[in-house]
Amino acid sequence: MIRLERRPAPSRFWTAATPLLAVALTMVAGGVMFAILGKDPVAAIRTIFWDPLFHPQYAAFSRPQLLVKAGPLILIATGLALGFRAGIWNIGAEGQYIAGAIAGAAVGLAFYPLEGWFVFPLMVVAGAFGGWAWAMIPALLKARFGTSEILVSLMLVYVADKIVAAMAVGALRNPDATGFPGSRNLARYPAAANPDLIAGSGLHWGGVAALLAVALVWLILARHRLGFEVRLAGLAPRAARFAGISPGRLTIVCLGLSGAFAGLAGLFEVAGPGGQIRIDFGSGYGFTAIIVAFLGRLHPAGIVLAGFLMALTYIGGEIAQFVIGLPAAAIQAFQGMLLFFLLGLDLAANYRLRRLRRAAP
Amino acid sequence: MTATAAPPPPAPLLEVEGITKAYPGVLANSDIAFAIRPGAVHALLGENGAGKSTLVKIVYGLVRPDAGRMRLLGAPYAPASPAAARAAGVAMVFQHFSLFEALTVAENVALGMERPPPLRRLAGRIRAVSAAYGLPLDPDRPVADLSAGERQRVEIVRCLLQEPRLLIMDEPTSVLTPQEVEILFGTLRRIAADGTAILYISHKLEEIILLCESATILRGGRVVAGCDPRRRSARELAELMVGRIVQPPARAAAPAGAPVLEVAGLSLPAAWPHGRALHDVRLAVRGGEILGIGGVAGNGQDELLAALSGERPGPAAAVRLDGRPIGALAPAARRMAGLATAPEERLGHAAAPDMTLTENTLLTAAGRERLVRHGLVGWRRAQGFAARIIAAFDVRTPGTEVAARALSGGNLQKFVIGREILQRPRALVVNQPTWGVDAAAAAAIRQALADLAGAGAAVVVISQDLDELMELAHRFAALNEGRLTPARPVEGLTVREIGLMLGGAHGMQAARPAAEGVPA
Repeated sequence: MIRLERRPAPSRFWTAATPLLAVALTMVAGGVMFAILGKDPVAAIRTIFWDPLFHPQYAAFSRPQLLVKAGPLILIATGLALGFRAGIWNIGAEGQYIAGAIAGAAVGLAFYPLEGWFVFPLMVVAGAFGGWAWAMIPALLKARFGTSEILVSLMLVYVADKIVAAMAVGALRNPDATGFPGSRNLARYPAAANPDLIAGSGLHWGGVAALLAVALVWLILARHRLGFEVRLAGLAPRAARFAGISPGRLTIVCLGLSGAFAGLAGLFEVAGPGGQIRIDFGSGYGFTAIIVAFLGRLHPAGIVLAGFLMALTYIGGEIAQFVIGLPAAAIQAFQGMLLFFLLGLDLAANYRLRRLRRAAP
Repeated sequence: MTATAAPPPPAPLLEVEGITKAYPGVLANSDIAFAIRPGAVHALLGENGAGKSTLVKIVYGLVRPDAGRMRLLGAPYAPASPAAARAAGVAMVFQHFSLFEALTVAENVALGMERPPPLRRLAGRIRAVSAAYGLPLDPDRPVADLSAGERQRVEIVRCLLQEPRLLIMDEPTSVLTPQEVEILFGTLRRIAADGTAILYISHKLEEIILLCESATILRGGRVVAGCDPRRRSARELAELMVGRIVQPPARAAAPAGAPVLEVAGLSLPAAWPHGRALHDVRLAVRGGEILGIGGVAGNGQDELLAALSGERPGPAAAVRLDGRPIGALAPAARRMAGLATAPEERLGHAAAPDMTLTENTLLTAAGRERLVRHGLVGWRRAQGFAARIIAAFDVRTPGTEVAARALSGGNLQKFVIGREILQRPRALVVNQPTWGVDAAAAAAIRQALADLAGAGAAVVVISQDLDELMELAHRFAALNEGRLTPARPVEGLTVREIGLMLGGAHGMQAARPAAEGVPA
C-alpha cells in the first residue's frame, strides 16, 4: 500500500522542479493527443516551442509577437498572484481587462481628433480605473455581503463581453465607417496610440508596465506590510484577524490592484496591437493569466518566465494551426494540460509517498 | 458486567521494546521500552517534547516507528492505521474531541464506528455502557448542548463500545471541573477493574498519584524512570520528569490603586451557531494584579478574548484602559494603546504555523516594537525581536527562521507569551496560557505572568486549570454560559465554593441553587 504523507515543510526542490516537470509532461501528453489527431507529435511540439523563436521564415514575425502576448499576460498575472496568495480568487480578470479597454478607449475617442501629450496618460488612468471599478463589484459584494468573489467576478466577464459588443456597434462605433461595427482605430490617432517603443520589437508601453508591475509586486511581497498581510491571510486567516487584518479591506485592496492591472493590460492592448474596440475584443488573456500566475508559483519572477512560456504556446499554436492544421481547440487543451500537470505535481511539493505494509487484520 | 478483581496474570497486555522514531532534526523517541499488564492504569509522564505524543501515536497506529517492536497479548503488534489499532483492541480518547455539534450523541458515536448498528439499537447500547460505567449520558441529545465533560463521555463510550483491551486517555482532565474529574476517575477505575488496561497521559501529577499504579517517565525522548507513582510525591515525580527543581512562582501581595483594565456591560451576540453570547460582562483589574477567570470550556472564554483583542469590537465604553475607552478600536490600535492578548489556540490563531518566528513577531508587535515603518517591514528589527524573545523565554528552537509549526507546544507558547510580555503592555489577557504545555514551560510562563504583574501591569488569566488560577491569581471569577461572576479574593476560597461559582456544569444542576453571587 502506498500512502501520501504531508511533508513537515514544503520541499524546495519540488517547488522549483514542478514547473519544468509539468512542461515536460505536457509535451508528452500533448504529443500523444496530437498523435491521436493524426499529426506527427514531434513536428507539432517543435512547431509550438521551437519555430516561433528560430524558424527561418516565421521567427522574424513571431519573435516580437512574443513580447506583445507576454506583456499583458505578465501584467495581469502579477496582480492576480497577489490576491491568490491571500486566498482571494479573482477569476474575472478577463472582464476587468475588457472594462479597462472600454474606459481607456472611450477617453481617447472623446478627445479625437485633438492632439495633445496628455491624451494617452489620461487613457492609462482611465484604463486602470475601468478595471479597478469592474473589480470593485465582486470586492464590495464580498466585503459587505460575503458573496463568492469567484462566481461574481467570473459572471462579470460575460457581462463585460456583452457590453464591449454593444459598445462596438453603439456608443463607440466609428461614425466614419458606414455601418461597420468597431470603434475608430486608435493606432492611427497619434495622441492615443500605443506603438512599439522600438519599431518592430513588439515592446510597447504595456511591456514596460508589466515590468514595473513585477517590480512593484515583488517589493510589496518582500518588504511591504501589505505583502505580509497578504501572505498571512492566505496561510492562517484566523491569525490574520487576530493580527488586526480586516478580511474585507484586504479583499478590496487585492481585487482592486489586480483589476487595475488587468484594466491597464486592456488599455495598452486596445491602443496598441488591438487598435480598436471590436465585438470580440476579449481574447482570453485574463483567463490564461490565471495559468501563468500558478505556473509562475505566484511569484513575480516565476510569472515573467511563465508569461513568456504561455506566449510561446499561443504563437506556436497559431503557427501549428496554419502550418500543420492543428485545431485551435487542441491548442487550448494543450495549455489546459499545463495547468493540470502543474497543480497535480504540486502534491509532490507538499506531500511525499510512503510505502506501507498492509495492516494486519 | 461485573467487576472481577482477578490476580494479575503474568503476561503483559502491551509490551513496547526499543521503539525509536526520528523526525528531521529531532529524535522524538529513542529506545523506549515499557509494559502494561491487563487491568492496570499506567501513566505516561513527561514534558511537552519529551516524546509522549509520538509514542502514543505509534501505539495507536498514527505514526510508524523507525525501529523497535510491540507485542499485544504476546502477539506481534504493528498497526498501520488507527483502524488496525482499533481492530486489535486499542482505543484512544484524544485531548481534542472530534464531535459534530449539530448531531446527537448516538449519531456521533455511529460516525466513529466501522459498521454502526441501527441508531435505535446503538442508543440502547450507549445507555447500557454509560450505566455500567457510571457515565451519565443521553444518546438523543445534540452534542452542542453538552458540557466538555459530557462530550468527553461521548468519546469514552465510543471507545468502550469497541470493547478495547487498552484505552489511551490523552490529558483527559484538562477540560473538566473538579466534580467532573471525580466522575471520570470513578469510571476509569471501573473500566480497569473489568480488565481493560488504561494508558493515562497527564501533566497533573496529583491525578497520577491518585489514579495510576505504574508510570513511565519520559524526558528528551528516552525513558528516565519507571515507578509506582503511589509511592512518590508530586515533587519527586516532577523532578524526575523535568530533571531539575521546579519552583512555584512567587506571588506578590495584591496591590491597591485605580483599575488599569476595566470591562463594563460588555455584551456580544454569538458569532456563529453554537457559539456563546456574552452577557453584561464586568471586570476591573488593577495594575500589579492578576485576575483569574475559570470556567468549563465553551462558556465564553474565546468570545471574551476576541472582544478584548479587538477581533470583535463593541461599544467604545465597554472596554477601558487606564480610563480611556478602547472598546471600539481595531486590534492594532488596542495593542498600541497597551492592551495585549494571547488566545488559546497557538497554531493558526496566536501564530501562523507556516510562517517563521521572525514573521510571527509581526502579528502583534508591528506597532509597539516599530517593526513596520512607512509601510515597510523592518525584517532585521523583527528578527532581532524574535531573537530577544527566544533568549528571554528560553524558547528551544534552532533559530528565528524556523516555521512556528516546527516548535513543540510548550516552546511555541513561550514564544507567544514572550512576544506579548516583551512589548511591555499595560494589560495582558491570556487564554489557557499553559494548556498542553509541559511542567517546566508552564512554570516559566506562570512566573513570567507573575513578573509582568509585579512590574505593574494588569493581567487577566483565563484558564480551565483551577490549580493554575489558585496558584497565580489574586482574585477569581468564573465564566458560565457567557456570564462572569463577580471576582472574589483567592485567599480562603474553597474548592466547593469554586465549584459553585463555576455554576454547576451541565449534569450537576444540584449545585446551582446554592451558588452565591452568580447572576441569574
